[in-house]
Amino acid sequence: MVTESAHEFETQDLLLNVGPQHPSTHGVFRMVMQVDGEVVRDIIPYIGYLHRGAEKLCETMDYRQGIGFMDRTEYLAAFNAELSYVMAVEKLAELEVPDRAQWIRMILVELNRLASHLMFMGAFGIDVGVFGTPFIYAWREREAIIDLFEEISGDRMMYAYFRPGGLAWDVPTNFVARTREVLTAVNQGIADFDGLLTKNEIFVARTQGIGYVSAADAIDFGMSGPSIRASGVPLDVRREEPYLKYDEIKWDVITEQDGDVYARYLCRLGEMRESVKIVQQCLERLQPGAIMPEKMPRMLRTPPGEVYIRTEAPRGEFGVYLVSKGGNRPYRLKVRSACLSNLQALKHMSVGQYVADAIIVLGSIDIVLSEVDR
Amino acid sequence: MRGIAKSMMTTLSVFLRPPVTRDYPNVHKALPERDRAFPLLLWDQEIDEPFCTGCHACERACPVECMTVLMKDNPNHKSVGGNSSRRKIIDKFWIDYARCMRCNICVEVCNFDAIAMNNTWSGHETSVHDRKDLVMDLQQLTTQSHSGQIKEWVPVLGKANEEPTS
Repeated sequence: MVTESAHEFETQDLLLNVGPQHPSTHGVFRMVMQVDGEVVRDIIPYIGYLHRGAEKLCETMDYRQGIGFMDRTEYLAAFNAELSYVMAVEKLAELEVPDRAQWIRMILVELNRLASHLMFMGAFGIDVGVFGTPFIYAWREREAIIDLFEEISGDRMMYAYFRPGGLAWDVPTNFVARTREVLTAVNQGIADFDGLLTKNEIFVARTQGIGYVSAADAIDFGMSGPSIRASGVPLDVRREEPYLKYDEIKWDVITEQDGDVYARYLCRLGEMRESVKIVQQCLERLQPGAIMPEKMPRMLRTPPGEVYIRTEAPRGEFGVYLVSKGGNRPYRLKVRSACLSNLQALKHMSVGQYVADAIIVLGSIDIVLSEVDR
Repeated sequence: MRGIAKSMMTTLSVFLRPPVTRDYPNVHKALPERDRAFPLLLWDQEIDEPFCTGCHACERACPVECMTVLMKDNPNHKSVGGNSSRRKIIDKFWIDYARCMRCNICVEVCNFDAIAMNNTWSGHETSVHDRKDLVMDLQQLTTQSHSGQIKEWVPVLGKANEEPTS
C-alpha cells in the first residue's frame, strides 16, 4: 500500500484508459483506471471485445464440429479446452475411452500446460520490464513443443485432435522418442528461467509484495489454478476429482503462501517441473492398443441429460456444462472460464498500488481474452 | 547482487549456444507430412479426372460452410464410351479459404479420399490483396495434385498404428 504525504492543495483524480489494444493487456482487454498521481484508486474493466458467441455456435453443430470452436476458446492451451468438451460428450454418451488414448491425452495436455506457462513466463517478463530476453527464451522451448504438436495433429495451435471416444488418429511411430527430446529442451528452458529470474534482485524487488490476495479472498472471488494456489489454497482439479489417469501417477500440487505476484510466478515455475515429471511417467506407462472404442457410430448421438465436467487447464478450472435433449448436437453449452473468475480479483489486488504494478498484477493472472469473452 | 550475476551468467551461457532462429522467407522449415494448411482436391492420375464425385458430404459436414459443390453426369463414363467408372463427377467446386478453419472434417467425411489438406508451404503462404481471391475454384484446387506437387497424407481414423510406437 502506497502512502503519500497530504497535499496542501486540492487535487483531482484522473481517469486513465488502458487498452483495448495495448500490449500489456494481453489481448483486447480494456480497463479504465482512476489514478491519483501514480496511485490506482479504482479500476473498471471492460470485456467483450473478443466475443464470438462460441457457445451459441456450438449449439448449431454436431459434436465433432464443435471441437474446432473449443480450440479457439482457449487458444494458448487448446488441448485442455478440447479435453473438457470431449469428456463432457463422452460422459453424456457413456463412451469408454481406451487406456492408450487416455495416456496420450494426458501427455498432450501436460505438454500444452508447459507451452502455456512458457508463454506466461515470456509475456510476464515483458510486463515487469525485462524486455525481450525471457520472451525469446520462452519462444525457443515453446517452439519445440509446438513442432511436436504439429507432427502429431497437423496444426500448431488449433489442433482439433481429440474426438469423443478417443483420438482422431494415432500418434506418429517416433512419438515417445520425440517427446523425450522435447522434454530435455524444456528442462533446459526451465533451468534458464530459474537462473534468469527467480533470484534476480531486480525482478524480486519488482514483484514481491505486489498484488496480494489472501486465501479467503481468493476463494470468495472464485479464483482457481496457479492464481489461487499461490495464496496457499491447494485446490487442483487433478487432485480433487482425478480424471484421465492422474490418480495413478506421482506428482505434487504446488502451493505458495505469499499470495503476491512473485508467488504466482514461483507457482507456475514449480508446476512446469511437475508437468515434466507427469509426462515422463506417462511415457513409461504408454502401451500399444486401441485409440477409439470398438463400436463407434458414424454420427454420435447422445441421450437427453446434462453434465458438468471440469478439468485443470493452465489458468485454472476449465468447465464445460452440456445439456442435451437427444440428437447429435448440444441443446446448451456453457463454458466456465477460469480467466473470467480470476479477473474479478484484479481490482481487489491492484487498488492502492502504482499504475505500473497494476499492469504486472494483470500479467500475473495470465489472462487469455478469448477464454474470458468466448 | 549474486542473483543479478547469476542472471548474467545465464544470458552468457545462452549467448554461446548456436542460434535457433531461421531466416524464414529464404529458408523454409521442413513440414511434417501431417501438416494441415487448406484443403485441396486430389486428381486421379490413372483416369485423368478428379476423384471427387460431388456427393456434398464435405459441404454438409463443414462447420463454417466454406464450400460450394455442384455435380454433373460424367462425360467420360463407361456408358457413354469413356473409361471412368464414376457415374457422376464434380462440375464446380469452390472453397473460401478466408472462411476455412482447417478442422480436417471434410477429409474425414469424404467417402472417396478425394480431398486432402495441403501439407506444403504453398498452403501456408496464401496472402492476397483482395479477399475474393481466396475463393478457390475447381481448377485452382486440383492443379497441385494434377501436376504431382503434393504428396498428401490421408489420416487413418481411429485406428492404432500397426508398427509399435517408440
